[in-house]
Amino acid sequence: MTIKTILAGATLALGLATGVAAQDTTTVGFVYVGPVGDGGWTYEHDKGRLAVEEHFGDAVDTVFVESVPEGPDAERVMTQMALNGADLIFTTSFGYMDQTVAVAEKFPDVKFEHATGYKRADNVSTYSARFYEGRAVQGHIAGEMTESNIIGYIASFPIPEVIRGINSAYIHAKEVNPDVEFKIVWAYTWFDPAKEAEAASVLIEQGADVILQHTDSTAPQAAAQSAGNVVTFGQASDMAEFGPFPRVSSIIDNWAPYYIARTQAVIDGTWESTDTWDGIAPGMVEIGEITEAVPAEVKASAEAMIEAMRSGEYNPFTGPLNKQDGSAWLAEGEVADDGTLAGMDFYVEGLAGEIPQ
Amino acid sequence: MDLSAINPVLLLASLMVAATPILLAAIGELVVERAGVLNLGVEGMMITGAVCGFVVAVNSGSPWLGFLGAAAGGAGLALIFGGLTQFLLSNQVATGLALTLFGLGLSALVGQGYIGIKAPAFPDWHIPLLGDIPIIGPIIFQHDPMVYVGLIFVAGVWAFLTYSRLGLVLRAVGENHEAAHALGYDVIKVRLAAIIFGGACAGLGGAYLSLVRVPQWTEGMTAGAGWIALAIVVFASWRPWRLLLGAYLFGGITVLQLNLQAAGSALPVEYLSMTPYLATIAVLVIMRSGRAPGALGQIFHASR
Repeated sequence: MTIKTILAGATLALGLATGVAAQDTTTVGFVYVGPVGDGGWTYEHDKGRLAVEEHFGDAVDTVFVESVPEGPDAERVMTQMALNGADLIFTTSFGYMDQTVAVAEKFPDVKFEHATGYKRADNVSTYSARFYEGRAVQGHIAGEMTESNIIGYIASFPIPEVIRGINSAYIHAKEVNPDVEFKIVWAYTWFDPAKEAEAASVLIEQGADVILQHTDSTAPQAAAQSAGNVVTFGQASDMAEFGPFPRVSSIIDNWAPYYIARTQAVIDGTWESTDTWDGIAPGMVEIGEITEAVPAEVKASAEAMIEAMRSGEYNPFTGPLNKQDGSAWLAEGEVADDGTLAGMDFYVEGLAGEIPQ
Repeated sequence: MDLSAINPVLLLASLMVAATPILLAAIGELVVERAGVLNLGVEGMMITGAVCGFVVAVNSGSPWLGFLGAAAGGAGLALIFGGLTQFLLSNQVATGLALTLFGLGLSALVGQGYIGIKAPAFPDWHIPLLGDIPIIGPIIFQHDPMVYVGLIFVAGVWAFLTYSRLGLVLRAVGENHEAAHALGYDVIKVRLAAIIFGGACAGLGGAYLSLVRVPQWTEGMTAGAGWIALAIVVFASWRPWRLLLGAYLFGGITVLQLNLQAAGSALPVEYLSMTPYLATIAVLVIMRSGRAPGALGQIFHASR
């Protein structure tokens, strides 16, 4: 027997071994933009990953790479994951969009799922959550609870996702409190605890007694707590450690059901390229416990609103609604279509200030 | 725009708080650079200090012990840098950058079990009498103690460098280490002491974020403050009082631009966000005088 045949035999055996392993377990990869310990966005995605592990046990292996910069590095990480035998890869930041599509082209047998993007292919799905439904509940509670009628809003970047949130919160605050005013600060960051703390303090100093945030750290919660009489809401994660006051409720991103369903689809061979944009009804957006700091009747009306959105009878963007410049947007009873929402670049009537371009 | 919504007293008061982490880190780095060592690892030492301080404060329940722990953590990391650059003569720029990366990773590891936990409270001091003075009281005399520690450090470093013999030795080492060596001063020992002091200060600056400003632990929470501290040292021409001015200017305009935004300023947000950096650089460049310490960043070995 020559060395060559031994090697060939060994290679064959190895190939068989890995082939068998691949049949037994499904490997799911996750690419994260931040550290799993960020307490917000990536933290919740990783909770989804852990839920997949728990649900499938030994049948599924998961791998993840954290703090992957958006750009060429992401492509390298995804390629490596695909080469290492991942069957399904979740890429969890908007900025991975082009890399995901490029890598997916090279690995037609591997399924890709890209969060919050809009480019799809035969083996690339997209998914996102209707966080604005949660914002509607926050706006409702905020409008009821404010006494100064000034609500501070820490915004991150001027993208449709954030603008939708501001509009949704404002519409529902205004509905219960016509005198309400929004003060919006653009932090230009998703995550910078010191800056978020400063933004919160500034808003509180200018009279806001409710702070809404679209940034990921709990720094604004702490700032509100030391101010004493300021209401906040948890963002992306429950932030329950600041309850029952100042944190009176929260929006929680719950990716676990989606991740489990998609992994199951790969195992069953039923996976198809889809575009998912789920809200409260399927459980992708959860509303954290409304604490006893909220008056009972406000809590009841907020919960009624949640139920109405869950059953589908209420859409947070229901007319009559005008744009900021006074032009008509939605007629009485008309609801916004997903296309307009996905590209939302305007404030609704009543909000002051301009959206940075 | 509704400028009346901005309360100048609160604005000035929050300026001092916003500037403190940068001030603490920068004053330490100033001493290091005056001794002729360029330590680019400020960010890494800050974040290590932030996590060490948080861990110690949570476990002991005492923020003061936390700050001690933070100083020790920052100094410990600085000591690695000191050993590598002073004894093994490694390149200071590369080692400093590596120290930042190492610090970020190490802090993430140490902080694993501390995410989402609250730090023990660190109350503001309401200084009797002085704190009751109208206007000036709330601006200057009603802060947490670390704000004053930062100021004391600036004054102390200034007095040390200007009036003390040891300060003169440190400056000599930084200007011309061969001459200092020829005079019989132990260059390495002086530099190591400066590096450790710099690390401890950076650690305190980081802990100010994790224990007072934010206050909680999150990975990467310094978010570039260490780099700003480094820049302020250079733009302040390595002088303590200018450094105080730079840090307050930066902190002040950061707070002011947020205030203007919240008040509905007509200025586009992008320009407002830029202003802290632009204004700090502009003012300090215009006032610029003096030059870098002569031996800054150079490797010293007695045999050369």
